[in-house]
Amino acid sequence: MGKWTRRAFITAGVAAGGVVVFGVAIRRGDRSGKVRELVAADGESLFDVWLKIAPDNTVTAIIPHADMGQGVHTALAMMLADELDADWSAVQYEEAPAHKEFANYALAREYSTSGMDFPAWLVDSVDGLFFRATQMMGLQITGGSLSVRTTGQLAMRVTGAATRAVLLQAAADEWQVPVSELLAADSMIRHEATGREETYAHFAPAAAQLHLPDKPALKSPEAFRIMGTSPPRSDVPAKVDGSANFGIDAVLPGMKYATIKAAPVFGGRVLAVDESSIQDMPGVRKVVNLGDAVAVIADGYWQAKKALDKLAIEFGDGGNGATGQEGIFEQFARELDSAAAEDRAKKDFASGNAAAALDAAAQVLEAEYRVPFLAHATMEPMNCTAWVHDNRCELWLGTQNPLGFAQQVAGAIDMDQTQVFLHNQYLGGGFGRRAFDDFAIQAARIAAEAPYPVKLIWSREEDMRHDHYRQASISRFRGGLDASGNAIAWHNHYVNKHDPEEAPHIPYAIADQAIVYSESETHVPWGFWRSVDHSLHAFFTESFIDELAVAAGRDTYEYRRELLAGSPRFRAVLDLAAKQAGWGESLPDNTGRGIAIHRSFGTIVAQVVDVEIVDGKPRARRVVCAVDPGYTVHPDNLAAQMESGIAYGLTAALYGEITISDGAVRQSNFHDYRMLRIDEAPDVETYIINGGGVTGGAGEPGTPPIAPAFTNAIFDATGIRIRELPVSKHELRLKDVEDVA
Amino acid sequence: MITLFINGESRALDVDPSTPLLWVIRDYAGLTGTKFGCGIAQCGACTVHVDGSPVRSCVMPASATVGRQITTIEGINSGEDSLHPVQQAWIDEQVPQCGYCQSGQIMAAAALLERTPAPTDADIDAAMSGIVCRCGTYPRIRKGIKRAAAIANSEVPEADNG
Repeated sequence: MGKWTRRAFITAGVAAGGVVVFGVAIRRGDRSGKVRELVAADGESLFDVWLKIAPDNTVTAIIPHADMGQGVHTALAMMLADELDADWSAVQYEEAPAHKEFANYALAREYSTSGMDFPAWLVDSVDGLFFRATQMMGLQITGGSLSVRTTGQLAMRVTGAATRAVLLQAAADEWQVPVSELLAADSMIRHEATGREETYAHFAPAAAQLHLPDKPALKSPEAFRIMGTSPPRSDVPAKVDGSANFGIDAVLPGMKYATIKAAPVFGGRVLAVDESSIQDMPGVRKVVNLGDAVAVIADGYWQAKKALDKLAIEFGDGGNGATGQEGIFEQFARELDSAAAEDRAKKDFASGNAAAALDAAAQVLEAEYRVPFLAHATMEPMNCTAWVHDNRCELWLGTQNPLGFAQQVAGAIDMDQTQVFLHNQYLGGGFGRRAFDDFAIQAARIAAEAPYPVKLIWSREEDMRHDHYRQASISRFRGGLDASGNAIAWHNHYVNKHDPEEAPHIPYAIADQAIVYSESETHVPWGFWRSVDHSLHAFFTESFIDELAVAAGRDTYEYRRELLAGSPRFRAVLDLAAKQAGWGESLPDNTGRGIAIHRSFGTIVAQVVDVEIVDGKPRARRVVCAVDPGYTVHPDNLAAQMESGIAYGLTAALYGEITISDGAVRQSNFHDYRMLRIDEAPDVETYIINGGGVTGGAGEPGTPPIAPAFTNAIFDATGIRIRELPVSKHELRLKDVEDVA
Repeated sequence: MITLFINGESRALDVDPSTPLLWVIRDYAGLTGTKFGCGIAQCGACTVHVDGSPVRSCVMPASATVGRQITTIEGINSGEDSLHPVQQAWIDEQVPQCGYCQSGQIMAAAALLERTPAPTDADIDAAMSGIVCRCGTYPRIRKGIKRAAAIANSEVPEADNG
């Protein structure tokens, strides 16, 4: 990646160093005022550079997002290249630097106000989505399954199309022919009548002097040549020969290694450190007390780790040392009880009169569900290499939020943001964890006390015990059925709302609904965890709708299907999953089948899971996944993201549980925070519907439906309704065995 | 000081011989393709070959590998511009996502194919269940191993990239 400086942005649009850089401001006529407001507020253009054309006719897309395995670099480059009519074999990408110019909050604003077809029940949430998108894009975050949806649609495609337009204009000027007689294809412009043909690179310097159109015509999907295909991902070759550089692989001259131990109880402080305990250990350079954590710097990581293990440290508990997991759930339950008794639960969504409908129901079902805290457990433990020298701080790490990290690090070591230079590396898993900057701030503070670069690596134990956790939660339901078993009332009261806003909402046509929540804070740090609130609410709602279907004596697929009569896209996805899975066919005695459907980040996903029960243990054999993201840029990558989201969600459903004991996390490594392994991984079949409309996300929507589809299948096999995750807590027996017993 | 034979080269390294092989490979031999994941042989990201067998380098003292052939991801192919059949299959099946565990996956798969040229699903489960992939690339790893077996036997099936 080349060096980017302030100057590079100011000179955008002129040929510099032989490479022509195109920038474009997206100004839709009717929204220009709003955008100008934003520009004025910031003092400069927000959409600087996204595209370069080199003299050798190579096109480079500049991508303001991190690749953590989701394939975003390839997908976004495809969007730009397609509109540009570029030769895909000569398209490259660079990851954008951590600069304000790539903080695209106006894109998010455009996105949120430019004709998204929200259903009525989501309208209240538009502001919430806008806020979140703004927040994330403003921080140059990769998350929220937003990259294709915002940067791709509003920067990459528009820039590609606008650049194509000025290249054609430059050709028309040079050849003195009308633009309408020119043909652009594969990074070449051709004039049929005269047989003239030149590269984009030939016209690029002149084109860069022209005004980029604000509203270039974008292709309709029928005209896409690159989008909708599945070219190999550009990051894959470096990931099979060991050459891909992750944060942990940074090497600098004279670099030393550090590892760290933070106060085990969240909120605790360091009370005392006895450095004499490691005085004579080889290679140890320095002990750094950060106040809430202690680090050891040594010549090698192993030396640092051995010394830290031996170092005598006394930690305080910040007053949280008595908190335990059962106490946290009791606290949640008390809050739900009292909020209900005092009628002070906060409104999330309401239609009709759920209370009256429940009173009038022929049958009322009640159920309470629980989910635990979850860690991200990225394969690459948190790490950051920092070098503080010559009035600057350089950082090498993998982050989902380069700009935000640079800002926070600057604040932590009393520097200006312009003194912090962040070199983003490949991320060995993100899933939301690498949006939190705690480890980067630690590394910078440690390095600020050292005359050499320091690579801080967390042990797996530190990573497990100092994550930002998916919240534990309790969700209570009351559902009303009429005399024919039709669902007529839905009442849901849960604890602790984060986002997205609409995560607890259901797609089903149940007239009388009340969804309410209460807040009950804990001392456990919260974090975005792949699909965020959807990860719990899909389990809650898709389990309870299953319970209603069973209570009504109906087929769980057909029951959902009827309730989706007014939502054709949902119904099409549900039907496709059921059809491909062979729903209704008979299964072996030890096997159950479950279904679930959920929309998140604009994408609808239905999954059918076949579960085999062997020796009391459930094994997901097969997952059929139907997905409608509106439009699919890269079908093979969408399938890969479904496979990935399913494995991530299934791991959590089966094993995932972080428990708090004496104020601290009890689990420490993969032996007690278990991972799904290949011998437990189901076959996954993905079927795609391009239902049109606004494009949805890919990285997260595969995760939410898998837990309920899995536990619904367990119910089908065993008659046991799993209302608390993880499944491994429960003893399972086959239905038939139980009946005989 | 310790002398190790890594990827066909003899390397004299100034390190305490009790240091786990993982850190010797990464921090002293400068080969960063082998990854740290857990430190207790639970995730397999650190898998390398010692005399052709897959080992978890995070728990093996370097001293135990003196005089033995150590192969890392950087040395698995036969030459600079060639790929091991497993590496080629990994590209063909687009296996990696974040990629962090894949050095370990590839080393384990290569060792499996060395012993068992045409592995069954059960063989794959047994050989590969020690290597965790948080991105859930398991279905593609399974396909990749079968494809690599076919490449090694020169019966390359059609790519299944959609």
